[in-house]
Amino acid sequence: MKYFGLIWAGLWRKRARTLFTMASIVVAFLLFGLLQGLNTGFNTVITNLNVDRLYVSAKTNMTDGLPISYAARIKNVPGVRAVSHWTYFGGYYQNAKNAIPAFATDAEPLFKVYREMKIKPEYLEAMQKTRTGALVGSELAKKYGWKVGDRVPIGTSIWTTKQGSSTWMFDIVGIFDTSSYGGGFPSFYLNQDYFKENSAFGGNIVHYYLVGISDPHQATSISKQIDAMFENSTYETRTQTESALAQMQLKQIGDINFIVNAIVGAVLFTLLFLTANTMMQSVRERTPELAVLKTLGFSDTKVLALVLIEALALCLFAAAIGLVLATLVFNSGALKVIFGNFTMPLIVLAMGSGVALILALVSGLPPAWRARQLNIVDALAGR
Amino acid sequence: MNLFKQISAVTLMNFKSLPHRIGTSIVIVIGIAGVVAVLVSVLAMSTGMLATMEHSGRDDRAIVLRNGSASEMGSALPRDSARLIEDAPGIKRGSDGKPIASPESLRLVNLFRKEDNAEVNVALRGVGPQLHQVRPELKIVEGRMFQPAVTEVIVGKAAHSEFKGLNVGDKFKTHGATWTVVGVFTTGGDSHESSLMTDAETLIAAEQRGSFQSVTVLLDSPASFQKFKDALSANPALAVDVSREREYYRHQSETIGKVIYVIAYVVGGIMAIGAIFSALNTMYSAVSARLREIATLRAIGFGATAMVMSVLAEALLLALIGGVIGAAMAWLFFNGHQVSTSGGGAAAGHLIFELSVSPALIATGILWACTIGLIGGLFPAVRAARLPVATALRAI
Repeated sequence: MKYFGLIWAGLWRKRARTLFTMASIVVAFLLFGLLQGLNTGFNTVITNLNVDRLYVSAKTNMTDGLPISYAARIKNVPGVRAVSHWTYFGGYYQNAKNAIPAFATDAEPLFKVYREMKIKPEYLEAMQKTRTGALVGSELAKKYGWKVGDRVPIGTSIWTTKQGSSTWMFDIVGIFDTSSYGGGFPSFYLNQDYFKENSAFGGNIVHYYLVGISDPHQATSISKQIDAMFENSTYETRTQTESALAQMQLKQIGDINFIVNAIVGAVLFTLLFLTANTMMQSVRERTPELAVLKTLGFSDTKVLALVLIEALALCLFAAAIGLVLATLVFNSGALKVIFGNFTMPLIVLAMGSGVALILALVSGLPPAWRARQLNIVDALAGR
Repeated sequence: MNLFKQISAVTLMNFKSLPHRIGTSIVIVIGIAGVVAVLVSVLAMSTGMLATMEHSGRDDRAIVLRNGSASEMGSALPRDSARLIEDAPGIKRGSDGKPIASPESLRLVNLFRKEDNAEVNVALRGVGPQLHQVRPELKIVEGRMFQPAVTEVIVGKAAHSEFKGLNVGDKFKTHGATWTVVGVFTTGGDSHESSLMTDAETLIAAEQRGSFQSVTVLLDSPASFQKFKDALSANPALAVDVSREREYYRHQSETIGKVIYVIAYVVGGIMAIGAIFSALNTMYSAVSARLREIATLRAIGFGATAMVMSVLAEALLLALIGGVIGAAMAWLFFNGHQVSTSGGGAAAGHLIFELSVSPALIATGILWACTIGLIGGLFPAVRAARLPVATALRAI
């Protein structure tokens, strides 16, 4: 600690240079924090997805659909707690640009499968009593100012009604809170029975069976059992856990890991070069000063340590600022619109610190070694 | 004239001494190369996707969907609607007098990417019997055309190279039938090459339900579009949206294209700020290395403007080198690199496209490089010009 002043003086010997170097390290770690944070965040969200839920879809493709009669057979598989289903309805409100994520379902077991979703029991009851009822997520209700009791027209480009109209009327009978699930949960539900009765064609299919199971450890065996049950039938099934399904969907978008790593790699390489150069330059300029230190009795190792600690201080401090900034961006909710509720994963901060340490060592060691090897006489003579 | 002479003399001197400052100078070059490489590569993604989508349309073709549909996946057209659409005026007629149109049904098929075995949704497009007249650009490059009524498919060139199990002779099960791959087709590099095609009636019959999703028609001329559209809108028996094919496909890739743009400019922008700091650093140290020289030049009568210009010129030169290296790297590594995404418009399932580092992109990259160089050089240049001559001469 007693050398603190010395290191401090060394750091600020050229104020502008140190500040600019620091600023570029801050920027690099801000970028590192943002990209790696999103990447890791996505992965954590996926692995944390519920394991006591299974999704059954047609083996060939989800859009093929499954017969509605499968529900009872899946319900009979031992270990299955509740079975509901989703049929994609789509639709829009007022004009085609306001897409509504509407699904036909069996509401009562749906909220048994998604236990974390909160809904008042009287709403569920009303949904069962009202053929044309609809349950709406709170965010969606807020967006269009819908209240319980409202009658809303929903347009659809796929499902014509029996009367030949492409507009369906629904009575909103309840509002539920989707916050425990985060973004991406379908937030408009209509009764499958009404859908089946009122649509001119295709009301008999189900896109996903949602299966709640009692014991998460049995997820694999129950999945196999369900798929085996429908093997060699006209509509073969594929059962996946929630996280497997999400992983599959994410992979379809592209190799996000690769893109993030490539960008972060390019940034860090550039930065390494810059910092190493600054440190080299600074040591070169100070050759006579270091020689004086050695003359005063500082050992070679001590001089090496001084230079190295300087590099460490610079890198770690700047990296910390960058990571803190990235965390602030995460917590400010600026990304909420696109990515839902996200917090900075701690692992990313740890990774960032590690990278900063490596950066400091790699860029600081060569000049520190050079300082250690300085010969007093030669250095003072400026040779 | 005198000023110009001064500037060129000092700048030349500057450039000549550059090799002695190679260590610090290269920092600018590498920093800017990094920014430009990342920016250009990411933008190449959206350019490539856009090119593929825009290529998919022709001005004299129109596509008709159920009204309110954002894409074919969300559209359904019953058989009688399809017939009414084909009867509308403005459609070109073939030698047999029939309107040239293709009622199409679109389904998704699960296939596996060769590269990472990821399971993806690929479009299986059922097309009408007049396919050859509607899409004359379609050519079979391997095998033969599918026959109606026997569950055969032809696969796009890009799909063939990207996904497993699509060689001629391969079979796969989907939508209630086993399909045999009988040929590989090209459509000149548009988005259809990412899909499979078969006969629409066969597809609809195989799955025993469903309908058409869209009707694509060949118009008399690009100008007949309005006539065709007006006729369909006026028909009370139809509720459809009509778009020019090119516009439809452009619209499909709009959202993802925007996302890529935002990513490119946010990441590129943050990196550019970092690069500006490193450029500032380099140019300040370049100025301070030449303190005495600058002071001497000022003392013998060179003006402040000449000093500013010489420092700026140096920064610009280094930035330009960096920009060119960055753009060249992006071009070398990524131009023509094939990628695929499900985000390319929900219309067509998985979209395969090549990254395209276009001349316009290279120009953008180099423009960015020059801007970074200019900002990074400006403050050090002003410092060089403001230097009090006497103090500077005494320095060191």
